[in-house]
Amino acid sequence: MIDNKNKATPIAVKVDDLTVAYNYKPVLWDIDLEIPEGVLMAIVGPNGAGKSTLIKSILGILKPIAGSVSIYGKPYDKQRKLVAYVPQKGSVDWDFPTTALDVVMMGTYGNLGWIKRPGQKQKKEALEALEKVGMLPFKNRQISQLSGGQQQRIFLARALVQNASIYFMDEPFQGVDATTEIAIINILKALRKAGKTVIVVHHDLQTVPEYFDWVTFLNVKKIATGPVKDIFNDDYLTKTYGINYKVSLQK
Amino acid sequence: MNIKEYIELLFTDYTLRTITLGTAILGAVTGMLGSFAVLRKQSLLGDAISHAALPGIAIAFLLTGTKDSNILLIGALVSGLIGTFWIRGIVKKTHLKSDTALGLILSLFFGFGMLLLTFIQKQPNANQAGLDKYLFGQAATLVESDVWLMALVSGICLLVLLFFWKEFKILLFDADYTKTLGFNTKFIDVLITSFIVLAIVLGLQTVGVVLMSAMLLAPAAAARQWTNKLSTMVFLAALFGAFSGVFGTAISATQNNLSTGPVIVIIAGVFVLFSFVFSPSRGLLFKQIRFIKNRRDLQLHKTLTFMFHIAEDHDNISHPHAIKILNNFHGYTRGTLQKLEKKNFVKLDGNMWSLTEEGYKTASNLYNQQNKTNE
Ligand SMILES: Nc1ncnc2c1ncn2[C@@H]1O[C@H](COP(=O)(O)OP(=O)(O)OP(=O)(O)O)[C@@H](O)[C@H]1O
Ligand SMILES: [Mg+2]
Repeated sequence: MIDNKNKATPIAVKVDDLTVAYNYKPVLWDIDLEIPEGVLMAIVGPNGAGKSTLIKSILGILKPIAGSVSIYGKPYDKQRKLVAYVPQKGSVDWDFPTTALDVVMMGTYGNLGWIKRPGQKQKKEALEALEKVGMLPFKNRQISQLSGGQQQRIFLARALVQNASIYFMDEPFQGVDATTEIAIINILKALRKAGKTVIVVHHDLQTVPEYFDWVTFLNVKKIATGPVKDIFNDDYLTKTYGINYKVSLQK
Repeated sequence: MNIKEYIELLFTDYTLRTITLGTAILGAVTGMLGSFAVLRKQSLLGDAISHAALPGIAIAFLLTGTKDSNILLIGALVSGLIGTFWIRGIVKKTHLKSDTALGLILSLFFGFGMLLLTFIQKQPNANQAGLDKYLFGQAATLVESDVWLMALVSGICLLVLLFFWKEFKILLFDADYTKTLGFNTKFIDVLITSFIVLAIVLGLQTVGVVLMSAMLLAPAAAARQWTNKLSTMVFLAALFGAFSGVFGTAISATQNNLSTGPVIVIIAGVFVLFSFVFSPSRGLLFKQIRFIKNRRDLQLHKTLTFMFHIAEDHDNISHPHAIKILNNFHGYTRGTLQKLEKKNFVKLDGNMWSLTEEGYKTASNLYNQQNKTNE
């Protein structure tokens, strides 16, 4: 299936000359990136490589110094509804007074637009998404009373509800157990099967070939991007992580 | 004066009625908006805004020469807004943390305001006296038109809140995500902040610069203890705020010399204290009770499990054993044994104990049950 994705495949995400700095020192340098439609792509790189920063600037959360992002050939601003986002779990305060169902419902707010309130239809969609991630029994739980892995699945469900074409996920496997990891990767593979493009920041190098069909090496600059079977090799791993990467592989 | 007389007085006495209504409305609107400040972890914001408003009052007086509260409050509003947006600017444009920026603006504006106040007081001609009421507030100076203004602003605030409820909620929870959904987060943010500034400025005359932030924080902090739902929290905060106003006014009206603002703040503080101790899910009291109960249960379960392992080795589970053999075991005390008997898990007979059918079943399921409750 992957093999028939030849030249005809449209480009889902295109990043041009993207440069981002927090305090004058660039953390992303001149990134050019093309992500074809329908891939399940891992972004790998060491801590501080700029993976989260890349996603945030693609999504317009951060303002880059230079560069542009287009989604299916049009500026990101016009294509927001096609894009869903799963932030890093630690980016919000989980002691916020709300329930799991309510958080998932937030995924429908984008399509609702200003002022309009979610109704039965949105609730049904949210419940379906909760079901998909196996969190239906917890729908009325206060979110601080969920475990880390459960919170992660709530975020995933919130993105699923957006019913987007492109999904950006920042470390969705962070702190989840083996069973949940398999459950999540199955959801991601189902998304790919439905023709969606899924971009995932990933830390476990060992599982890259098993989970993903596309990979981007990032360390301030883009090292390489392409099919896992072609470029996931020692050469690029060393270029990204330095010579010590083998230690982390063995762990 | 008893309560009935006081309530009668409320309906007949114009001043008392005005002050009560004013403080109630003020408490409700600050409580409501305070929930947002608390959830955004901007507790210092209220302090910064109220202090930043002081020079505005002084300048408005210097320019116009009147002590009309509406004109002075417009001055307060302008300088409060300037202070607030400077804080935002500082945080955005420099490396300073937001608490540093808040503290900086707070003391700069307050210092400047105090300077102007002393300057005004030194002027020979002016009818300056009374401007310092904005420092600690003076509810007695409230008149009907002030209350109408408060009611109007609170009404508008409530409408906006209901209108943009969904947007407020999602911005409070996850601002970055809100942005990716295409909402103009800056607009929502400015809307919330502007209303907070407005509410604070309205309260300056009653509660004063120094204590105003407590009106913002205390009802919200108390409300958070009682609920896990945002709408309930905002509602409760408004309720607590309004009650603080009503009770505070009542106390200061009946105990001659107490000034209203501080009493209201103290009542709000009592709400906080009470909530922190007595709230069922988050309160210290029930937490402690649950903790003790859990520890007791654990001891009980440990002893039961120990007995279970002894009984397991016998064909007849109710085979009697000597109590002595339990003595080496840590969880065991005379008390736990008696409690187990009361629960019908064991039978005691002189120096012997035996496990009952029920005790055996409970013990064998103990581990599974714990698994289930953990899920
Ligand atoms: N808010 C910020 N202000 C200043 N510097 C920042 C900020 N956020 C990140 N950085 C810096 O930018 C660089 C890239 O950070 P980023 O969070 O994108 O890394 P990452 O690849 O996601 O790392 P990790 O694997 O740890 O999540 C780091 O050097 C970090 O110190
Ligand atoms: Mg990161």
